[in-house]
Amino acid sequence: MSRWWQGRARLPRGEGPWAWLAAGSVTLSVALLALLLGLLAIRGLGHFWPGDIALVTLEDGRQLAGREVKEVPLPDGEGRERLYRTGNRELDGDIWAWVPVAAIETVSHPRELVSLERRHWGELVGRLVAWVPEQGPRLEGEAAWSALQSRLGTLERQREALERWREQTLSPLVRRLESGEADAAATDALQALQARLRERRAAMAGDRLILATADGRRLVQPVEEVLRATRPNAMGVLAKLGAWGRGAWRFLSEGPRAANTAGGVWPAIFGTVLLVMVMSLLVTPFGVLAAVYLNEVAHQGRLTRLVRIGVRNLAGVPSIVYGVFGLGVFVYGIGGRLDAWFFADTLPSPTFGTGGLLWASLTLALLTLPVVIVATEEGLARIPDRQREGALALGATRLEMLSRVVLPMATPAMLTGMILAVARAAGEVAPLMLVGVAKLAPQVPVDGDFPFLHLERKFMHLGYHIFDAAFHGGDVQAAMPLIYATALLLVLVILLLNLTAIFLRHHLRSRHGTLSQC
Amino acid sequence: MPVMREPAPSRGAFVDFAPEATSLEVSGFGLRYGDKPALRNLTLRVPRHRVTAFIGPSGCGKSTLLRALNRLHDLNEEVQWEGRIRLEGQDIHAPEVSVAELRRRVGMVFQAPNPFPMSIYDNVAFGLRLQGGMRKRRLDDTVEWALRSAALWDEVKDRLQASAWSLSGGQQQRLVIARTLAVGPEVLLLDEPASALDPISTLKVEELIRNLKSSLTLVLVTHNMQQAARVSDYTAFLQDGELVEYAPTDTLFTNPRLRRTENYITGRMA
Ligand SMILES: Nc1ncnc2c1ncn2[C@@H]1O[C@H](COP(=O)(O)OP(=O)(O)OP(=O)(O)O)[C@@H](O)[C@H]1O
Ligand SMILES: [Mg+2]
Repeated sequence: MSRWWQGRARLPRGEGPWAWLAAGSVTLSVALLALLLGLLAIRGLGHFWPGDIALVTLEDGRQLAGREVKEVPLPDGEGRERLYRTGNRELDGDIWAWVPVAAIETVSHPRELVSLERRHWGELVGRLVAWVPEQGPRLEGEAAWSALQSRLGTLERQREALERWREQTLSPLVRRLESGEADAAATDALQALQARLRERRAAMAGDRLILATADGRRLVQPVEEVLRATRPNAMGVLAKLGAWGRGAWRFLSEGPRAANTAGGVWPAIFGTVLLVMVMSLLVTPFGVLAAVYLNEVAHQGRLTRLVRIGVRNLAGVPSIVYGVFGLGVFVYGIGGRLDAWFFADTLPSPTFGTGGLLWASLTLALLTLPVVIVATEEGLARIPDRQREGALALGATRLEMLSRVVLPMATPAMLTGMILAVARAAGEVAPLMLVGVAKLAPQVPVDGDFPFLHLERKFMHLGYHIFDAAFHGGDVQAAMPLIYATALLLVLVILLLNLTAIFLRHHLRSRHGTLSQC
Repeated sequence: MPVMREPAPSRGAFVDFAPEATSLEVSGFGLRYGDKPALRNLTLRVPRHRVTAFIGPSGCGKSTLLRALNRLHDLNEEVQWEGRIRLEGQDIHAPEVSVAELRRRVGMVFQAPNPFPMSIYDNVAFGLRLQGGMRKRRLDDTVEWALRSAALWDEVKDRLQASAWSLSGGQQQRLVIARTLAVGPEVLLLDEPASALDPISTLKVEELIRNLKSSLTLVLVTHNMQQAARVSDYTAFLQDGELVEYAPTDTLFTNPRLRRTENYITGRMA
């Protein structure tokens, strides 16, 4: 006891600069990680906060309304300028406004400034002038605001009902028609349904808003296009927190809008998690069997050693190489063959002969196979031979010994392999682009139609969503907060997947007290 | 090589039991690990329902011999053997003999306790479940009987579902013995079963061995001369993979025929 303590006390002194160097590296790594997560968290989470809208009056009398984004020094070094996010894309052609700080006369935050979130064209900032319903009297001022709020509530409910109806009645019919199961009568039914959908949509239109921008221009806005209306300057902290929570929830639960630069990421979350789960289900049994063969069955000769080295080196192959392999072998090779045999009636439109969840999962499974094999093998090698002999000496066959003693003892190692595989696979984007990820896949691969899990469908992925929003969207600056939020979410999803696996492993370990030794 | 070799003993000639009382019979058995011989031309008979001790210096092949008796060497591709081992007159290497069946008949307890990472109950039931077809009631009864036979029941009866790894070393070793007894072996091979145990646990295991003798044939490997003297009826002394002397324990310890045996025993006992 006392020796142990002395040994510890001596350590930092004896190590001198090396200890400091090592400790410094750890600190640096942790700090960088914290910085990364902090940046993602602040930028990403800030996106949902309904910030105050500033009404800026310039020296020349012009006015503009918007949210302050940042302030930077002017290029010539004289003074500073501010960036405001003003919205109103269809009026100004841009949603940003740079203002030299020196030119600002006053900044105020009038309570009546309204921010409208719309289905198209993004945000609208201005004053509410009047509410013009299809039937009924025109309202102005506070009355207009409350009328708008109550109409938005009913609109939301109507939209939801419509969406449900479309999903439950219309989509299955469309799918049946596409797959050729339904007959001509169904086509008529579909047309009738679509007409009704248009009718219902039309019924929602009609009400209008009249708004004025900060610089006095007038604008007529159909209410049906408006998703939400807020007056951030009139909101207290609690109300803002509520709006923030609802915004974050919508981000998690809704699908994307406006070419992936707005709206939520639910299909992408779903796709990411489903992809990783299918991948784990594919890779774990294969990896474990391979490891068992290498460690327990194969003659431990030169060939086995060679295979082992090969497997270890496969872990270092760049992921895009696996993507190319997946495209060539799984998608075109196997998928094309499957289509020719089983789905010939729908050709030339491919079923399995194009990227999809199955091929992407298989590609990732291949990518992570070495990790699982290596981790499992290490676990198997740590199991003492006397455990194996103990089982054999009781009359167990080799299979019984493996399945009842060795594999249960190696379960934590297998799960470690799975954790590493999940960690690697969840962050991969490059190979997915070749084997089935989609920019927009409105149908998630799981639904009420038989066989419920549609492995041939394309899917969305958080990593690809970031890539797409950053490089293919129109206004990267506008999509930036969403990109941060998505990145944060991706990190959190990976963390959650890992924690699940770790929890599982811990649970299995603690079932038998000291089993964690192995 | 010593200048004067002692005359080779006519092995097995000094034991006094009738051939019908033989449980295991080893004849002309030799074994090599790759190129390295570990056992040479071994011939001896192990009496039924007696305790036979194998003694000898470290590395002389005691464990190798023991493992040969229930074919644990089968998995080691390096091992080559010759000669014959018979259990109740039947060649254990005969093609019609099932290894699993043989190992159930010839149980083995290893030097370090090796309970499986399962509950105490599951450990004892392990071998029984392999055979299958046993009702829960009978399984319970057999587990209890085995634990009682191994003098462990009173210590664990209240925590049968606890992890076997939570037991002390001595309890673990008795659990392993119980686990082996549960499948109903005719022969029990014990490879230094008490070497990792404290004196009290050792005494318990020794007492257990003496009690088991009435229903089992026991083979005990030990480095402890007193232990061999205390519990065994016959003792075989091995050296360099050869059987040097084999006799009733009393005779071997009080009146060894060969100088080599005497040196070993007295060296150890002094
Ligand atoms: N698996 C193996 N591979 C190669 N050589 C082995 C193996 N097991 C044992 N040996 C060798 O065979 C000889 C006999 O070993 P064995 O384990 O039977 O000795 P032992 O009498 O049990 O010794 P101890 O009293 O130390 O347990 C030794 O020289 C040992 O090095
Ligand atoms: Mg030994």
